Amino acid sequence: MKVLVAVKRVIDYNVKVRVKPDNTGVDLANVKMAMNPFCEIAVEEAVRLKEKGVATEIVVVSIGPKAAQEQIRTALALGADRGIHIETDEEVQSLQAAKLLKAVVDKEEPKLVILGKQSIDTDNNQTGQMLAALAGMPQGTFASEVVVDGDKVNVTREVDGGLVTVQLNLPAVVTTDLRLNEPRYASLPNIMKAKKKPLDTQSPADLGVDLTPRLTTLKVEAPQTRKAGIKVGSVEELVDKLKNEAKVI
Amino acid sequence: MSILVFAEHDNSTLKSATLNVVGAAKAIGGDIHVLVAGQNVGGVAEKAAQIDGVSKVLVADNAAYGHQLGENLALLVAEVGKGYSHILANAGTTGKDFMPRVAALLDVAQISDIMRVESADTFVRPIYAGNAIATVKSSDGIKVITVRGTGFDPVAGEGGSAAVESIDAAHDAGISSFVEAKMAESDRPELTAASIVISGGRGMQNGENFHMLEKVADLLGAAVGASRAAVDAGFVPNDMQVGQTGKIVAPNLYIAVGISGAIQHLAGMSDSKVIVAINKDEEAPIFQVADYGLVADLFEAVPQLEAELKKVL
Ligand SMILES: Cc1cc2nc3c(=O)[nH]c(=O)nc-3n(C[C@H](O)[C@H](O)[C@H](O)COP(=O)(O)OP(=O)(O)OC[C@H]3O[C@@H](n4cnc5c(N)ncnc54)[C@H](O)[C@@H]3O)c2cc1C
Ligand SMILES: Cc1cc2nc3c(=O)[nH]c(=O)nc-3n(C[C@H](O)[C@H](O)[C@H](O)COP(=O)(O)OP(=O)(O)OC[C@H]3O[C@@H](n4cnc5c(N)ncnc54)[C@H](O)[C@@H]3O)c2cc1C
Repeated sequence: MKVLVAVKRVIDYNVKVRVKPDNTGVDLANVKMAMNPFCEIAVEEAVRLKEKGVATEIVVVSIGPKAAQEQIRTALALGADRGIHIETDEEVQSLQAAKLLKAVVDKEEPKLVILGKQSIDTDNNQTGQMLAALAGMPQGTFASEVVVDGDKVNVTREVDGGLVTVQLNLPAVVTTDLRLNEPRYASLPNIMKAKKKPLDTQSPADLGVDLTPRLTTLKVEAPQTRKAGIKVGSVEELVDKLKNEAKVI
Repeated sequence: MSILVFAEHDNSTLKSATLNVVGAAKAIGGDIHVLVAGQNVGGVAEKAAQIDGVSKVLVADNAAYGHQLGENLALLVAEVGKGYSHILANAGTTGKDFMPRVAALLDVAQISDIMRVESADTFVRPIYAGNAIATVKSSDGIKVITVRGTGFDPVAGEGGSAAVESIDAAHDAGISSFVEAKMAESDRPELTAASIVISGGRGMQNGENFHMLEKVADLLGAAVGASRAAVDAGFVPNDMQVGQTGKIVAPNLYIAVGISGAIQHLAGMSDSKVIVAINKDEEAPIFQVADYGLVADLFEAVPQLEAELKKVL
């Protein structure tokens, strides 16, 4: 079974983001970039499926500028077999990302497509579901367990009230939640080997997808910051403040 | 303008988050209809008809929608939604699951997690875990939107008298099915609706110790939450996670116990009115956002808090 994994290059989750003074966006100059953490979980899940003998080939795809090849190489070092880079310096919104991925799905015909549930920059939580809709596939979103069983896959999903398990016909789309697995680190020999794995570059035009954005960002501002309050000396003082000063209990 | 609001429910009760979504619809302005899709949802539809400001309730009562499968809901909502200028749902796990699918079927963008309405086509939403706030304008004919409940005041759940109309669109995509649900049982208020939340982090050390927080919660009528570290360590179930990738809460009072205050956690609670932090490390970043900080060992402070509350409440 072929598995396709989509990975996104985003600002590293440890970086404290700063809004640009002209309010046009977030300052990404000289900022550490990394693979979106949910995409790392997606790669790990695919590699585990391969180790179990369920997956036979893992293809990893990323959409973005030239530098996104770093994240593809990381996925190859973690165990993916080959990469597809859809190169663009333009802004790619979720619907357009889903259309590009749909074009890749049409060509590659994977049985399972694994994506992160959300990318930690735009926090959209859309691309996987949109891809599933465009490809006519079922979706197991926010997955904490994935069990392939013949031509079906059982996905346990993290939902507001607890956990829900659904059964999906293959081919299907799965988006990862935090508890699905704990991603491994790439070993040095595997990082070296990954440099020789095939990586194919395409353009959005090759895939016939129009990237015209439907949403325009008018401005990006820093959130209102909270000021640190006071330190209280005892639990008694705390309860007194909550009752008589803040009046919240 | 006409706005379709997707009602969130469990087939028997209407979730209060729906009232916040109607609040967002009011901020956009226009005729507001509510869609109730589920199985045996007559009671929910009646409740929805009483929501203030709603002119019509559409009911799709069919086994295909009983488990809120995204594949089936998306077909229904995309069909019904074609006639509207806006389609709105709560940004909970149900809305986040099927709404992008609706958007793709309609070939429009989705605007996720809006916290403010600027105009009928311009909305404000958090990005980068709330460390930046973006104002975005949509050029699509139909705006598909998920709403962050904490950004909008709920409308009244009573007093309205909308017409109830049933629609017999039965969409079963036939590609997915429900297997089982393991829902957390709790008599405490829902995290996202509670006016007081007390959360525990890695500092709690194990699940047993969360009982200390539960005792305080029960005195205050509070919900209990957790940091990701506490969930990952298996102390408590996933539905208790507060943060960028968990639940977003904005109660009157948020008490963080043994939580360091990572940006991903702050993203889920920093809109709370009053924040209390109990942590033994006086350098913990949580103190930078706390209105009242107590530097103390939680294993002493929490039982004291319980005793003190018993005295004054
Ligand atoms: C140079 C550049 C500039 C941009 N500037 C802006 C901007 O100013 N404002 C703005 O709103 N957006 C901007 N974007 C687009 C934005 O970063 C996202 O790619 C887009 O909004 C998709 O939504 P998401 O990543 O939030 O998707 P989500 O739905 O949150 O992502 C879920 C999953 O989808 C997959 N996925 C998403 N994107 C990709 C990808 N590119 N490649 C492979 N897999 C992917 C991943 O598996 C990811 O975990 C820009 C993109 C580029 C390349
Ligand atoms: C992609 C991604 C998404 C994430 N999403 C979320 C999210 O949604 N929500 C979330 O919470 N996190 C999230 N995280 C994780 C986040 O970065 C932190 O790791 C996490 O919030 C830390 O949890 P904590 O504060 O409980 O643990 P720690 O950071 O380990 O802090 C424990 C605190 O307890 C204190 N303590 C210990 N013992 C005692 C005691 N006896 N008395 C008093 N204080 C004590 C310590 O001083 C310390 O400050 C995410 C991370 C990533 C990468």
